[in-house]
Amino acid sequence: MQHWYRRIYADPEFHELERKRGRFSWLLAGIVLASYYTFILIIAFAPELFATPVCEGTIITWGLPAGIFVILLSFLLTGVYVHRANTEFDHLTRDIVEHVQNTDE
Amino acid sequence: MFKTQMNNAGMRYRLLLILSLFPGVLAAADALQGPVERQPVNITAIIMFMLFVSVTLGITYWAARRTRSTSDFYAAGSSISGLQNGLAIAGDFMSAASFLGISGLVFASGFDGLIYSIGFLVGWPIILFLLAERLRNLGKYTFADAVSYRLRPLPIRSLAACGTLTVVLFYLIAQMVGAGKLIQILFGLDYHYAVVSVGVLMILYVTFGGMLATTWVQIIKAVLLLIGASFIAIAVMYKMDFSFEHLFSSAVKIHNDGMDIMAPGGLVSDPVSAISLGLALMFGTAGLPHILMRFFTVPDAREARKSVFYATGFIGYFYILTFIIGFGAIVLLTNNPDFLDPVSGGIYGGNNMAAVHLSRAVGGEAFLGFISAVAFATILAVVSGLTLSGASAISHDLYASVICHGEIPEGEEVRVSRIATVILGIVAIILGIIFEQQNVAYMVGLAFAIAASVNFPVLFLSMYWQRLTTRGAFIGGSVGLFTAVLCMVLGPTIWVDILGNPEAVFPYKHPALFSMSAAFAVIIVVSKLDSSQSGKDEAKAFEDQYVRSQTGLGAEGATSH
Repeated sequence: MQHWYRRIYADPEFHELERKRGRFSWLLAGIVLASYYTFILIIAFAPELFATPVCEGTIITWGLPAGIFVILLSFLLTGVYVHRANTEFDHLTRDIVEHVQNTDE
Repeated sequence: MFKTQMNNAGMRYRLLLILSLFPGVLAAADALQGPVERQPVNITAIIMFMLFVSVTLGITYWAARRTRSTSDFYAAGSSISGLQNGLAIAGDFMSAASFLGISGLVFASGFDGLIYSIGFLVGWPIILFLLAERLRNLGKYTFADAVSYRLRPLPIRSLAACGTLTVVLFYLIAQMVGAGKLIQILFGLDYHYAVVSVGVLMILYVTFGGMLATTWVQIIKAVLLLIGASFIAIAVMYKMDFSFEHLFSSAVKIHNDGMDIMAPGGLVSDPVSAISLGLALMFGTAGLPHILMRFFTVPDAREARKSVFYATGFIGYFYILTFIIGFGAIVLLTNNPDFLDPVSGGIYGGNNMAAVHLSRAVGGEAFLGFISAVAFATILAVVSGLTLSGASAISHDLYASVICHGEIPEGEEVRVSRIATVILGIVAIILGIIFEQQNVAYMVGLAFAIAASVNFPVLFLSMYWQRLTTRGAFIGGSVGLFTAVLCMVLGPTIWVDILGNPEAVFPYKHPALFSMSAAFAVIIVVSKLDSSQSGKDEAKAFEDQYVRSQTGLGAEGATSH
């Protein structure tokens, strides 16, 4: 096994894939963290923003859609990640592993 | 007028109580504190619960016959699908406290309840993006497997076992005490009977059925809870003509705080607490041993990812339901003489009973019985998962790896694990009885803080930072453990509220920001200063680990039956 690990590690395509995957997951993580902490810090510093109604004549305040937005965004982004990881990234990974294992014979 | 003010004062007092107990609200019926009045025996609830128990014992029997190997016992033979595991993970999160605590919080203060729900939810995407697949590819049965892939097993597993067992014990005590009190209220059963029956059932599930039974108990409960909560929420919306405008305006009209329930209140005021709390919720989740263990029950990284996707969906949906339930309770329970306790001026049993009362208001006695049984089932399922993860820390990390140095016959490890389960179950019962009259809500907060300050930093850095060494991980992780416990003991919750000292030595309720930073800082500094040969070898081994964690090549696979 270790022999293959070394060869995969030496494969530039592997590092290319990892850069791509790493960028993608940190980007998504950054979006989730930013939206959550924006939400929390608005509550801590400017709660009146969330207390204003979304439009004239309604009782629904901005806080509600903002909260629901964070929940939906979390769900959607997990979906986006799973889709890309289970298709594109997994295919690329399999190609790299198979390539290394085949040339090994 | 006077009565309204009394009522208002009572509400505020209870709200303050809930807040001071936070983050206990998060995970158990643990927010039920102090003496509770026993209710008359609720026959429907008991019949429904008996039904649940017989079905789950049947499953345990089925699971026991399929549980032969070590992998079966710890990881259900990695045979659980992504959807099933997603439901089980969601089940771990939709605890009695999420259900009763958060809907109770919404009932008491409206919008603020949403802040907690979101805090719990956002940990999941982070786990998915950064941890889930690497963990699945590296580990076998416990998260310590992943960490000790290239670090020396002896110190690392000892540390991980300490982290796991402290988290599990604090969490268990909170759950047991919460269970006893909740069952007293819901079923009219004596506290001691309640604690003993929870303990005994959990021992049966785990000892005989291992992870397979534990997972299915959790799945069944998750489905029942989702159905029950959906029914309450739909019934509420039906009464409100499916108009949120109507729901919220009725709530604002009837609630003593009026428009304030539509806006953030005083829940999160100073930024340090806000950030510290957010960190504990987010990264504590990513360090809870019974949650991390679930990633080994699926066959591969692909299913592990899917399970987080489903879990996030179910948990998010569930929190939206609790929000509707909380507002529904404001509209339908406030000023309703059926549910009003003349002594306190609030609803019977306190705000945490809002969802339970609401179930009776919209569905009658039978539905109340159903929801009570589901609440009991919820506690059972959560304690089973906790006990299994504690038992595997003892048998897999301590006994098999540290004491026997990995040389242990196949059946022996499972046998030790079963003994550990029985012992942990008995300890949990005893502690549940000892702590009956104590304030235990802080314990869940402490468990989250420890998970965020010990397990998470060590696990995260082992995967992402090549220069992490055993010495760094061990010393830094221990510092995180020590700091979390110390800050909690010297903080407002224990030092002032429980020990009765006038002023807290450590001013913040949530230590995670400090203990987690301390752990990360010490791990990094000590690793950098570590110039030992073993440290260099560990850095070299990172390359192999990296390839395995990213490709899944050589990962533990599913066993065939």
